[in-house]
Amino acid sequence: MIKKTPLYEKHLELGGKIVEFAGWYLPVQYEKGIIFEHNTVRSAVGLFDVSHMGEIYISGEKATQNLQALVTNRVETMAIGQCRYTLMLYKDGGVVDDLLIYRLSDSEYLLVVNASNTDKDYEWIKENLQAGAKCENLSPSIAQIAIQGPLAQKVVEKLCDASLLPQKNYHFTKRITVGGIECLVSTTGYTGERGYELYTSNDKVVELYDKLLLAGEEFGIQPIGLGARDTLRFESCMPLYGHELSSETKANEVGLDFAIKQGLNYIGEEALLTPAKYERVGLKLVSKGIAREHCEIYAQSGENIGITTTGGFCPTKNGAYAMARIKCGVDKTQRVFIDVRGRKLEAEFVEMPFYKRENA
Amino acid sequence: MKYSKTHEWVKTEGGVAFIGISDYAQKEMGDIVYVELPEIGASVTINESACELESVKAVAPVESPVTGVVSEVNGALEDDPALLNSDAENCWIYKVENPVLSGDLMDEEEYLNYLKTL
Repeated sequence: MIKKTPLYEKHLELGGKIVEFAGWYLPVQYEKGIIFEHNTVRSAVGLFDVSHMGEIYISGEKATQNLQALVTNRVETMAIGQCRYTLMLYKDGGVVDDLLIYRLSDSEYLLVVNASNTDKDYEWIKENLQAGAKCENLSPSIAQIAIQGPLAQKVVEKLCDASLLPQKNYHFTKRITVGGIECLVSTTGYTGERGYELYTSNDKVVELYDKLLLAGEEFGIQPIGLGARDTLRFESCMPLYGHELSSETKANEVGLDFAIKQGLNYIGEEALLTPAKYERVGLKLVSKGIAREHCEIYAQSGENIGITTTGGFCPTKNGAYAMARIKCGVDKTQRVFIDVRGRKLEAEFVEMPFYKRENA
Repeated sequence: MKYSKTHEWVKTEGGVAFIGISDYAQKEMGDIVYVELPEIGASVTINESACELESVKAVAPVESPVTGVVSEVNGALEDDPALLNSDAENCWIYKVENPVLSGDLMDEEEYLNYLKTL
């Protein structure tokens, strides 16, 4: 059955165009469209319903060791109140999921995982936990809102004791009252802008959403749908499971080495000793047109070198770009051809991310 | 102006058909960011794709409401596809000389009634 978040009626009221995504009914956009929403987040502030995301709680005296055995980034050095991005791997180095770890206490962690993978991740974790730790799928009772953009802080500060907000990037406050509602608030997001993600209970999230929308009015806040969520993350070259990441892509082939540490003895670590055959690259289209995902890429020599994983129009850059999975060792000074339904569009290699906020 | 079930419009003036998409189609697609125009001289066929529109989220064909040969394309759309976003029903995409029109077109009132059934 396709699920509805507690904010479903609110999306309808705000003119949201509802689509099915990862087993949920969510708005792809509201009245004014994806580009408008995208630009609002880049220049002001936007509000997202991300209640579909999964939350898995791990606790126990050996929670740290148990979690470390499952993830590629270092757990032990995390401070309480810190978030860390990581991958979780299969034994062959393929990706189970990418996720955020929140360290709640010495012996408690919250994992925030992709909606489409929540059940799979929970089963995987449960299966692989050893003595001294247990896990619980809290997803059904937790709702999440993201508020993102250069003015996000101004909005949230109106509704809480600003001194209690997390200051540094990738940190969180476990208990803070925002608009009278108890939340967990982190300085995280999926847009390439500053902002917060707020976790609260299902029964409080509509009230929290309304309060943020009202408080944000003077700053030009807008509700933002999945369409702009995707263009924002794409422009910032953040990977998306099912596109840049999958069970078929090995963790050392996806350009996320900052989140992959060695010598930690996690599941899949050994498989990463084999040199990578592929890498994740950025491409900018030189020809007019749009290349989306799953388009084959050819070198000047005619050799098939890989495939696009996400592609489309980047509103802030006002051009068409793509992320791609290509063979290692390809000469990046050459232009390549992307096959779009039989048309060969010319593209050049560019640095990722395509968009980076100032002072980032 | 006549409309097709696949939301193209066609208007004929002096033996030339102007073809575009309806406001409804534009709204359904969302922001159009690229128009792949047909070639001048290309043959188009009723209910077959004459060219493609790319929105932020998806690609959609323009299914030709006429059969004939493309005599002119709206080159302005190449640099400014957003012209379609602001006023789709006043923005032609291509022209066909001596067209054969589809027998399955609706006038405005019929089209508006048809939209109500979707």
